[in-house]
Amino acid sequence: MIKESQLQIDDALFRQVVLAGDYLIKAVKQGETFRILDLQGNQAADTLFYNLKDTGERYSAMDTIREQGNIYLTAGTRLYSNEGNVMLSIVADTCGRHDTLGGACATESNTVRYALEKKCMHACRDSWMRAIVENEQFAISKGDITHNINFFMNVPVTPDGGLTFEDGISQAGKYVELQAEMDVILLISNCPQLNNPCNAYNPTPIEIFIWN
Amino acid sequence: MNRPLEHQSDMTQHYLYEDQLPGGAHWSLLMRRGLKLRLTDVQGGANVGMLFYNPDNHLERYNAPDTLKCQHTFKLTTGHCLYSDMGRIFCSIIDDSVGWHDSVGGNTNDNLVSKKWGEKNYQQYRNDWTLSGYSSFLIEMAKVGMNRRDMAANLNLFSKVSVDDSGKMRFVENNSREGDFIELRFEMDTLVMMHTCPHPMNPAKEYPKKPVRYQIAKAEAVQADDYCMNSHAENQRGFMNTQLYYLNDGCKL
Repeated sequence: MIKESQLQIDDALFRQVVLAGDYLIKAVKQGETFRILDLQGNQAADTLFYNLKDTGERYSAMDTIREQGNIYLTAGTRLYSNEGNVMLSIVADTCGRHDTLGGACATESNTVRYALEKKCMHACRDSWMRAIVENEQFAISKGDITHNINFFMNVPVTPDGGLTFEDGISQAGKYVELQAEMDVILLISNCPQLNNPCNAYNPTPIEIFIWN
Repeated sequence: MNRPLEHQSDMTQHYLYEDQLPGGAHWSLLMRRGLKLRLTDVQGGANVGMLFYNPDNHLERYNAPDTLKCQHTFKLTTGHCLYSDMGRIFCSIIDDSVGWHDSVGGNTNDNLVSKKWGEKNYQQYRNDWTLSGYSSFLIEMAKVGMNRRDMAANLNLFSKVSVDDSGKMRFVENNSREGDFIELRFEMDTLVMMHTCPHPMNPAKEYPKKPVRYQIAKAEAVQADDYCMNSHAENQRGFMNTQLYYLNDGCKL
């Protein structure tokens, strides 16, 4: 569902460009709203959420889609935790559909998907590994890295049980906005994937804005 | 390719072990590579929640998104391989009379069970109590030192959730009938955790308690024309990664 935001860029407390291949890890407090902006189009923002006060509670892809009875995330979607609590709500979305079944790229899964020779190419999971070891204060370790949201990615499932990675439906300037329903840690890998035609083999920057 | 015989009869198969799990129960198995596990829906309408871990490194675990995307599938059936997050294959589905197994429905939790079917405590109902799938997995995980942080999206064998063009999910009733089965051939040593709690989208009025029979046998060696290995080019590479893990039968890379 397309829903535009009323928030003004100039009022944001925080803004930061995240380059492809980089990560952002940041606390977002209950009631705050943040925006992920696709600066150049068809970029994938691989995103995870944790309860700031108890990182054993985290975003659950399967609980989220089952609770809303739909596999695509958009404005109105409430993001559920593994404990059955609502962590965040999607309050605006100009893209219309986001994936949470495709997972993140990893060096190991790249060998399976593309070629054994791809094993040393940078991947989202490596960005997450770097994020958690460079930010030990958040108390997140490898076992906490779970199934993520791919903001701006288009992964349709067919009625006969197929699953495909289609060209993105996002464009430069599209954004998604979420309001935190509890204090959360936002962990984003801005996807460095060079092997997938869905981003035209061209990973590009995103920008994050936070309002209180 | 050497496709498995259509629903091969198990009358001639020699099983090393077999047992039955009642509905609403949980158990774990350590399956060595080269063994196969056959699960049979005894009455029809069963559900088996299942998770896989590498017994030598619990951080390596079943990864549903990696499994689905590398085989371009949403449903799981014969020919599909079930992957870890490390690009390796825990097991292959070498035979299946059902045609569609779910891996996105997740688990029942205590709240969901209570809301949907009412809570039956142990004191009053003894072994007819209503455990949730989430609690069942936690118990099995705690036995080997794991906790909720180690949980991943599970399989729901015998259950079907289909998706229409708008993304709407639908639980398909009567997907599995009495006698339906699935056979998993293990390509890695695998810690298998399973429960027989109902699928969380099952609309049944009463908490369904459906028993499942499980049988363990030696698998035939994987041949060059193996159906699962050759069903997707991705699986050939997954098998290569898995063979490399056991290079020289012990040097784990």
